[in-house]
Amino acid sequence: MAKIEESLFSAEGMDKRLATKKFWKVMMTEYWIPKDINFLWAMGVVLAVTFTILIISGIFLLMYYKPDTALAFDSVNYTIMQEVAYGWLFRHMHGVAASVVFLVIYIHMFTGIYYGSYKKGREMIWISGMLLFVTFSAEGFSGYMLPWGQMSYWAAAVITNLFAGGSLEAWGLVEWIRGGFTVNDATLTRFFMLHVFLLPLAIIGIIVLHFYTLRIPHVNNQSSEEIDFDAEAEKYLAGNKKESKVIPFWPVFLSKDFAVVSVFLIFYFYLVFFNYNFAMDPVNFDPANAMKTPAHIYPEWYFLWSYETLRGPFFDMLGMKAGDIGLIIFGLAQVIFLVFPFLDKDPDILPAYKRPKFQIWFWIMILDLLVLSVYGKLPPTGANAWVGFFATGIFLALWVSLPFITKSDAKSRGAL
Amino acid sequence: MREFKIFGVLVFFTGLLYWGVEPYAHSQMHPHVEPADYTFADTDDVRNGKVGDAAAGKSLIVDQFQCQSCHSLTVDGNKIGASMDLGVMTPDLTTAGLIYDERFLAAFIADPAKAAQVEHKMVDGKSHPMTKLDLNYDGVFGDDDAQAAADIVAFLKSIAPKELTNKEVFVDACQRCHGAVYGDYRFDGSKSSMLSTTPDASIEPYMGTIPPDLSQMIRSRGEHYLETFINEPGKHLHGTAMPRVGLTEDAQKQVVTYLEEIGDSSKQEREALAPKFLGYLVIFALFAWLWKAKIWRELH
Repeated sequence: MAKIEESLFSAEGMDKRLATKKFWKVMMTEYWIPKDINFLWAMGVVLAVTFTILIISGIFLLMYYKPDTALAFDSVNYTIMQEVAYGWLFRHMHGVAASVVFLVIYIHMFTGIYYGSYKKGREMIWISGMLLFVTFSAEGFSGYMLPWGQMSYWAAAVITNLFAGGSLEAWGLVEWIRGGFTVNDATLTRFFMLHVFLLPLAIIGIIVLHFYTLRIPHVNNQSSEEIDFDAEAEKYLAGNKKESKVIPFWPVFLSKDFAVVSVFLIFYFYLVFFNYNFAMDPVNFDPANAMKTPAHIYPEWYFLWSYETLRGPFFDMLGMKAGDIGLIIFGLAQVIFLVFPFLDKDPDILPAYKRPKFQIWFWIMILDLLVLSVYGKLPPTGANAWVGFFATGIFLALWVSLPFITKSDAKSRGAL
Repeated sequence: MREFKIFGVLVFFTGLLYWGVEPYAHSQMHPHVEPADYTFADTDDVRNGKVGDAAAGKSLIVDQFQCQSCHSLTVDGNKIGASMDLGVMTPDLTTAGLIYDERFLAAFIADPAKAAQVEHKMVDGKSHPMTKLDLNYDGVFGDDDAQAAADIVAFLKSIAPKELTNKEVFVDACQRCHGAVYGDYRFDGSKSSMLSTTPDASIEPYMGTIPPDLSQMIRSRGEHYLETFINEPGKHLHGTAMPRVGLTEDAQKQVVTYLEEIGDSSKQEREALAPKFLGYLVIFALFAWLWKAKIWRELH
């Protein structure tokens, strides 16, 4: 080791000991991002900010929350909401951020799909991102149980009961998950552990992985142009900032991100103060009661589309029970986006507007997910059940057709 | 320009999704009901134009024991009568003239089950614990009964206080069946003064269920629902065991305000803090965009 004379308490000293200048360069000022981007490229940083809000508000809530079926409801709705200084603010921030984070995740995800940012070198970005979606979903679901209201209880009962579907029942899986024959105190405590420890830990780990996966293949751009990052970076460093097709992460990329974040925060805090019922369902302000089923049980809005694929097939067919078919489609819906890069058979990276058939596929998928979401909330009776049935059918058909459609686009372009 | 177009698409689809899963879905799950009717126009106008005489009403209650065999009330500073557990604790009548609508009160005295809209429960030999007013025991609500109803209402109005606190209205109007423990929350496990005054063991057989604690109703049902629900519970819950209680518009407002005071006590702070928070963020946004513009100016 070289002898270090510089004081620890100086920039030079820190650099000598930790190579901070090099680190800053690698992570910030010479981490290159394409210049040809729009505000959708800021969603990653918006997500990082929202996740930080969730962690900070969560820490404050954790100081007063009691994971016990006899105490949980009052600890949230009385102690935190009414006794603790600004407890209501942290709870509203946490509840609304948990909902809004999914809106941004969906925007982030469909931005990736639209611009083809998941393939030909970027598969790991996509896969780690989808793992985050899955872990965030588990985090959202486990957190929803904690206030121990009517929806907490009944959503937990319905969703854990999925593991009793079909032949899973014989394995005793649902009892193992719940820690009992019904949703009970043990269920609450273990979901509390998952929500405040194991899942956040996993999420933070996967976020680091997700950032890392971006580093080598680089971020995609609006026209999916292939950029020689080394050459463009040299131009930028030489002062040809106008000609260069890349920008450094700091300060250029982040300056745009902060601007987008600032608008997002106005929207988010408007919801926190004035329009929070969509994220904090009023039904959940009734204490959990195992003897009294709510008239309508529905998950939070971000689970509605997949929930509807579960309810879609409402009659027995092909020699199978309706519930089993629904369960299979529901299971498929949870993981199908993960394999997106392998279902896209187009060898080129192109935005959807340069892939005519895929573009149609994309918008039908968006509309279908919208329909599934709305009908996932409505009572599944009469015509509603049929809308759900057909929307589920379209959802499946879209996935089956994806390889053919992407191949066909490539063929008409002459790429295959 | 392209960014605005993308932003427009984003706002459109987010708005459509929000509309579908919130206003639209809720309108499907909770059908519209008629607004609250504080005139109780559907009740029989049992007084039939008769003018009540408070002194005669006093005589009926105090001397003839028309009410005080089962109800307590404070007359001239003295508490008389009894409070009894008839499945539910009988209400004290001191404030009845203030908090209950007079037309409703008269109709209730004439036929409690009908005015309270609980006739559907009076089957299989069950009857309302309060008997219909019938001075001659002839089974007919005659002219003398109509006059007596008018007199009793006039007397109750004459002894009622001019105003009550929100909590007092809640106690008299709701607490016999419903607790609201957030009004007096005890961390030490001692007994809250805001539990329902009728014991669970009596009220469960009487109502068929234990009426819920009302601490969080302002969040779980909301002001709008409570307004029509308290006025006429059957509108939202067809065949419910909860009787219509006939609160005046003012008294009902006080009940809802009390529920807000105990169930959403941070509302005022929330509304006061909002403009400061949002104002700060608008200023932050302004600087964020100026900084962004400064940095990006040299790139294009």
